[in-house]
Amino acid sequence: MRLLDFFVNNSSEVLTLTAEHLFLVGLSTGIAIFVGVPLGILLTRRPRLSTPVLGLANVFQTIPSLALFGFLIPIPVIGGVGARTAIVALVLYSLLPVIRNTYAGILGIDPAVREAGRGMGMTDRQLLTMVEIPLAFGVILAGIRVATVISVGVATIAAAIGAGGLGVFIFRGVAMVNNTLILAGALPAAVMALAADFLLGRLERRFAHGRARLAELRTA
Amino acid sequence: MNISEAPTVQFQDVTFRVANGRPIVSRLNFEVNRGEILVLLGRSGSGKTTTLKLINRLLIPSDGTVTVDGTPTTEWEPTRLRRRIGYVIQEIGLLPHFTVERNVGIVPALEGWDEPRRRRRTRELMDLVGLDPFTFADRYPSELSGGQRQRVGVARALAADPPLLLLDEPFGALDPLTRVEMQEELKNLQARLRKTMVFVTHDVREGLFLASRIALFQQGTLEFTGTPAEFLNTDSPEAQAFIRALGDTGGERNR
Repeated sequence: MRLLDFFVNNSSEVLTLTAEHLFLVGLSTGIAIFVGVPLGILLTRRPRLSTPVLGLANVFQTIPSLALFGFLIPIPVIGGVGARTAIVALVLYSLLPVIRNTYAGILGIDPAVREAGRGMGMTDRQLLTMVEIPLAFGVILAGIRVATVISVGVATIAAAIGAGGLGVFIFRGVAMVNNTLILAGALPAAVMALAADFLLGRLERRFAHGRARLAELRTA
Repeated sequence: MNISEAPTVQFQDVTFRVANGRPIVSRLNFEVNRGEILVLLGRSGSGKTTTLKLINRLLIPSDGTVTVDGTPTTEWEPTRLRRRIGYVIQEIGLLPHFTVERNVGIVPALEGWDEPRRRRRTRELMDLVGLDPFTFADRYPSELSGGQRQRVGVARALAADPPLLLLDEPFGALDPLTRVEMQEELKNLQARLRKTMVFVTHDVREGLFLASRIALFQQGTLEFTGTPAEFLNTDSPEAQAFIRALGDTGGERNR
């Protein structure tokens, strides 16, 4: 098994690139959550902004990832060659699912629940923290899951602009026409995407069905 | 007039228009007296719910003034006003992620009551509306029947002991038997607690059973105000139409 030999013989480089990859994905998803969730909440308060903001986020998603990395390189401060540029690009990709799901999750709450909250004298902030965010949490988490999985994939391309990560193996393998090398990058990336999907999916189900399961337990 | 008998809610020439200028209710003049059940009766779309929302400032009049306890709603701080007014809506609007106990205790929690006091109060209220606290306190709304949810809704509205309750077709979604039970319990509750209630319904039978006075709405205007006995004897065509509907569905219930 040549792939296994490769991992054994190059274990330190595999670990370094995997760590770089995790760093790119983790930081960019973190920033996307930090920016996207408040932005999604803002859109529910200013519905007129929702079309332009969601539209813009959508546009970023349509730009081919390699092209987006390329566009960013000449831009001062956020651009250049390296991890910083890659993170900016990954954030731009991750934003849409986070914003959209936050927005849709809150708007999807039963209007009667919101009205009851207001009618009982909740302030806007109390309505948000006691009602809207908890009830939309499962949907928001689904958006974060999609963003993370997209990031893991797109981050492989970040190697093209010198940001490191598992894409380094893939690009090297393509250049050398070496399938083992391509797999050495692609396989850990795929495992990472599946693991993120699985773990966040489990978390999401816990929040979506936690109450239903509780109900089952009690009636059993 | 004794201060305690002064009207708690007063509508003076109140009109509410939607954005395109069409009035939903026009030139309403009426008052709600302390301790009475005022039933707002009318067809769907006659402006009853809008009228109710004008009281707790979910809506603000386009013209005229709604006064609650002597102060125009526009001068009340909205959250303070709403916490003094119990509100029960048809869809109930229980928070699905809160247990029954937390749902009932929302307004006390917003008002900053401490945990033991809140707990005492919610248990007391659950008893009052006929829900055994030991059985129901930790349940979620999804585990309750329609009637039980409605009881939670009433208990929640009563939690901070508001002097005024607004009820918007609270029993609309219940089966006929549960509905009759709930009407009777609400009436007993009111007799015991002496709360002022404004009760919206399109069911004339329910209106006649509960009302101290009936306010009949037609297309956004007030067609008639008076006691149930006066209602049965008025020659208002809309009232006649409602009374005919009563005859079609059987005899009058004991009052």
